[in-house]
Amino acid sequence: MTTDTLNQTIAPAGDSLGRDAWRRLSQNRAAMVSLALLGLMALACFLGPMLSPWGLAEVDWNAFSSAPTLEGWHLLGTDANGRDLLTRTLYGGQISLSVALVATFVSLVIGVLYGAISGYVGGRLDNLMMRFVDIMYSLPFMFLVILLMVVFGRNIFLIYAAIGAVEWLDMARIVRGQTLALKQREFIEAAHALGVKDGKIVTRHLIPNAIGPVIVYVTLTVPKVILLESFLSFLGLGVQEPLTSWGVLISEGTESMQTEPWMLLVPSVFLAVTLFCLNFLGDGLRDALDPKTR
Amino acid sequence: MLKYTLKRLLQAIPTMLVVITIAFFLMRVAPGGPFDGERSLPPQIEANLMAAYHLDEPLWQQYARYLGNLVQGDFGPSFKYKDFTVTELIMQGFPVSLEIGGLAILLALLVGLPLGVIAALRRNTGIDYTVMGLALAGIAVPNFVIAPLLALVFGVLLQWLPAGGWNDGALPNMILPIVALAVPQIAYIARMMRASMIEVLGSHYIRTARAKGLTETEVVWRHAMRPALLPVTSYLGPAIAGIITGSVVIEQIFGIPGIGRYFVQGALNRDYTLVMGTVVFYGALIVLMNLIVDLIYSALDPQIRYDD
Repeated sequence: MTTDTLNQTIAPAGDSLGRDAWRRLSQNRAAMVSLALLGLMALACFLGPMLSPWGLAEVDWNAFSSAPTLEGWHLLGTDANGRDLLTRTLYGGQISLSVALVATFVSLVIGVLYGAISGYVGGRLDNLMMRFVDIMYSLPFMFLVILLMVVFGRNIFLIYAAIGAVEWLDMARIVRGQTLALKQREFIEAAHALGVKDGKIVTRHLIPNAIGPVIVYVTLTVPKVILLESFLSFLGLGVQEPLTSWGVLISEGTESMQTEPWMLLVPSVFLAVTLFCLNFLGDGLRDALDPKTR
Repeated sequence: MLKYTLKRLLQAIPTMLVVITIAFFLMRVAPGGPFDGERSLPPQIEANLMAAYHLDEPLWQQYARYLGNLVQGDFGPSFKYKDFTVTELIMQGFPVSLEIGGLAILLALLVGLPLGVIAALRRNTGIDYTVMGLALAGIAVPNFVIAPLLALVFGVLLQWLPAGGWNDGALPNMILPIVALAVPQIAYIARMMRASMIEVLGSHYIRTARAKGLTETEVVWRHAMRPALLPVTSYLGPAIAGIITGSVVIEQIFGIPGIGRYFVQGALNRDYTLVMGTVVFYGALIVLMNLIVDLIYSALDPQIRYDD
């Protein structure tokens, strides 16, 4: 039998796990509504600005600090510099969402590899690697991230890599736990017996089997990263003008909330809805993928 | 217990060393220096300033000097707040931060625990759904959004409370910042308390307690409460860390003269010693709080003994 036919005969069994999880997830109304809303949010943020008559930094000289109005199509008003708030919020969403994805991906790669190696090799190396994680856990992280921002202030992608680089600890622990349980199983032993190299066993056999809890944790990391990014931007340490993000907009809104409350409310609502949906989706996925609730 | 405490304190030393080292070197690779002003200083004066603060020495020597001073409890002078040492600034800000943070933790427990218990006892009723919905909102809406909204509603629209300022710690000025700090923690604590109470109420010894005819109040107070509090206790460490970080923005928003504000200002001004000082101080505080929480945990849970 060639490997192709082998894969074909094995594939349905592997698929059904995912399909089962999907079936359970689709029965969870809150999670499905959240998923749809998140899709809409992403579409709006990435396609919406193209439909808008206003640009990111384009000034409407007839409308400074305008309340939401149909005149000039400022559906959600303008800021103190006459820039369209809806357009800016959508552009800000692009930054916030892409940051979340990049940083989560970084944390995913570091955490999964670190955890899988630590758990698979075991022994003294495992001990050493986990002590390191323990030390990292007790660091006052927010402060170190703020320091990182000060150091790399001008390069946003470096910053997001930095956020990702500090968010991988939980992921590493989860994957290590999974790996420890999995490596006792027969199929790993079989792979050993067939002479598969250690590196390949980790990447081809261990990691794919530990993926369930990892997916759940990813959905919980995304809102954490969005929150972290807006927190930093709010303090004036995140993205720089002319770029903007939800945190920056909220911070600007705070300054003028007495006279122009919509400037605070609009980005806050976008941020809150996104975080809400991600939390619901994360809860839903946990229920769907947790074998104990089956 | 004493032996365990000492062991933990010894373990804290490498952790603190890592914090200090990372913070020290990160701060030094940052572009710009503490004396980059609007206009550049004459080279002679700048050289003198650098010499006065030992910034002209090799980096490893500065690092060793910093560690040496730190062991003696000396955080060095602030670069930006002239005539102040970092220790003085921290001691000025800390009582304020402590007051706000301590009261926020207290409020979070006083509100979060009963809400969680009520939700657990009235599981799957309207009350439960309401409490859990609010808790999710408290988690999803970050406190730098909650804080300005509170200021907008209670400070500007209703004019019940001042929207900002410290006013030497007058009670009305403290209410909004404390509430803003506490809200996310109330939400987390209520969720955890509900989950652990439900789990405890399902266990066999609770069934036994009911079977021997205890009233529901007695079951909850005498038998279920203590074990149900355990997970919440272990959450207190992260909660305190969360409140400390939260205080950075909350102090900024309400204009409160605590440590959080010094930290942000220091980072933006390249005030090396002030930033280092606050990071080290907060790091030590978080490590210490975690130890205290673990000791409380062992006091609550008879299954855990740290003697051996």
